Amino acid sequence: MIEDKSWGWRTFKVANYIVLSIVGLICLFPLIHFLAVSFSDRAASVGGLVTLWPIRFTTASYELVLKAPLFYQSLIVSAQRIVFGVSLQMAVTILTAYPLSRAARRFKGRNFLMWLLLVGLFTDWGIIPWWLVIRSLGLMNRIWALVIPPAMSPISVILMMNFFREIPQELDDAARIDGASHWRRLFQIYMPLSIPAIATLTLFSIVFHWNSWFDGMVLIYDVNKQPLQTFLRSVVIGLDTSYLAMPQRMQEEFLLFSERSIRAASVFLAIVPVLVLYPFLQRYFVTGIKLGSVKG
Amino acid sequence: MILEDTSPPPRSQIRARSSKLSAYLARSLPLYVMMLPGLIGLILFSYLPIYGVALAFQKFNPGLGVLKSPWVGLANFRYLFTLPEFWRITRNTFIIAVAKTITLQFFAVLLALMLNEVRSRIFKRSIQTIVYLPHFLSWVILGGLMLDLLGSTGLVNQLLRQLGAKSIIFLGSNTWFRPVLIITYLWQEVGWSAIIYLAALTGIDPVLYEAAAIDGANHLKQIRYVTLPGILSTVMLVAVLGLGSMLDAGFDQVLNLYNPVVYPTGDILDTYIYRAGLVSAQFSLATAVGLFRSIVRLILVATGYWLANKYTDYRIF
Repeated sequence: MIEDKSWGWRTFKVANYIVLSIVGLICLFPLIHFLAVSFSDRAASVGGLVTLWPIRFTTASYELVLKAPLFYQSLIVSAQRIVFGVSLQMAVTILTAYPLSRAARRFKGRNFLMWLLLVGLFTDWGIIPWWLVIRSLGLMNRIWALVIPPAMSPISVILMMNFFREIPQELDDAARIDGASHWRRLFQIYMPLSIPAIATLTLFSIVFHWNSWFDGMVLIYDVNKQPLQTFLRSVVIGLDTSYLAMPQRMQEEFLLFSERSIRAASVFLAIVPVLVLYPFLQRYFVTGIKLGSVKG
Repeated sequence: MILEDTSPPPRSQIRARSSKLSAYLARSLPLYVMMLPGLIGLILFSYLPIYGVALAFQKFNPGLGVLKSPWVGLANFRYLFTLPEFWRITRNTFIIAVAKTITLQFFAVLLALMLNEVRSRIFKRSIQTIVYLPHFLSWVILGGLMLDLLGSTGLVNQLLRQLGAKSIIFLGSNTWFRPVLIITYLWQEVGWSAIIYLAALTGIDPVLYEAAAIDGANHLKQIRYVTLPGILSTVMLVAVLGLGSMLDAGFDQVLNLYNPVVYPTGDILDTYIYRAGLVSAQFSLATAVGLFRSIVRLILVATGYWLANKYTDYRIF
């Protein structure tokens, strides 16, 4: 763009920087405020004295949450669902995307399967039929209820397939003529060339499993088997901190935290993993957007 | 391939066909094996739920199951359409979803245009990093944050009191609940939604700007005649595909922010289905509402994709 040096334009540019800075601050403000509350003592957090900086800094709320057995229990469930859920989803996605990326004449039935997938993508029969199916498969109250149903994700299959289709046909032809089987082509040509796409979908799958709470709420009734976000919901939305309460707290310790700071601390502990993944997510979600817009 | 071509011609037509088939299978069997887990998943979780739809036409009794419960035809729907609540939740869903979509896309375009004018790379990247973040947080986390922030002792009300205004119970007020839904949704998604417009903006040929400048267009005119037409097709595409989400008022968000006081303005189809079905075990009624929602949604989604296909060159694959 050619630079415009008129006064009006310069004023606009300055205003633009200021407005964008304000937008950024508004986005961050609630998070920083809540972080400050989580590190403040009882009087400050209950009395509403905290804005952006902790008052009478204490880590008591975090210590309390981290000592609660249910917090640990649910963290382990979340870790399990991520390990099983993400690997299963990625395996199913890659295995389904490869045959569908073939030409219809090389894979008879491809177009029919593609239609099946698209109809599956566009229809949503609602939560009651979904719940009944999972119940009749005998998955209720087991970790598999959180792992198996999301394993087949039509949208990630389509994104993966689009990526496979972008890989030059010549590579595939050369390998086929040299006698490489489909398995070998998938593992030795397609997968190594699709690392960015696989990384993107894996990251999104991790975030999906980490953030899911509704399935844990309606498919798992045993509190000890619920994932972290479901447990967290009973604390921060249901406003029930009794799960965290420890018997026989000392009086001076009691002055250090409040229900409010406990809620803030639990929210922050749940944000930490997302923050850790965030730089990678940022690196890859541009790939994700491209994946979505590629036309095959 | 080469081996096949040099092999001797088969003796009979039938043998030729079967050997062709077996050759095809030998080559392509792995494809069917690979497809199997995905196909099973698709059938179980995208097609098997259709049998659950039967509940909408039954007087479902969990003890008897789907097969033995008595059929009642359209009675559930007839009952449903006489319920004042049903029209209330349908109207709420539609109003909230439309208001959210329009507000979000308007501000997303605006944000993208503003970011596009920023020359400092570091500044641009920092703003982007910050505004994308809330997209990756769940509504349990965001809901906890909002309940605290908007509560009677929350920061927003403290600020109002300091300014001499009365405090407002945002999440317990039928005047405020919808605006709160829209604003908090905007806060979560505006950055993420701007990405697609930013991508469209980088796709505009710089030669167009140069030509406009040579023709005497100042910066504002360049935005008006080059930038805006350049992203118009993307805006249209998003608008058309957005048709499909006209019944999607944000289940996660509403379920984590609402309470019985704001049911008149905030209760939506999805939360009603959840409460009727999974909380009060009125399975048939909940499924009937769900089926109504699914059918309207399918029509909207299909229309959206059809329009996108017809008027832009958009294709999903």
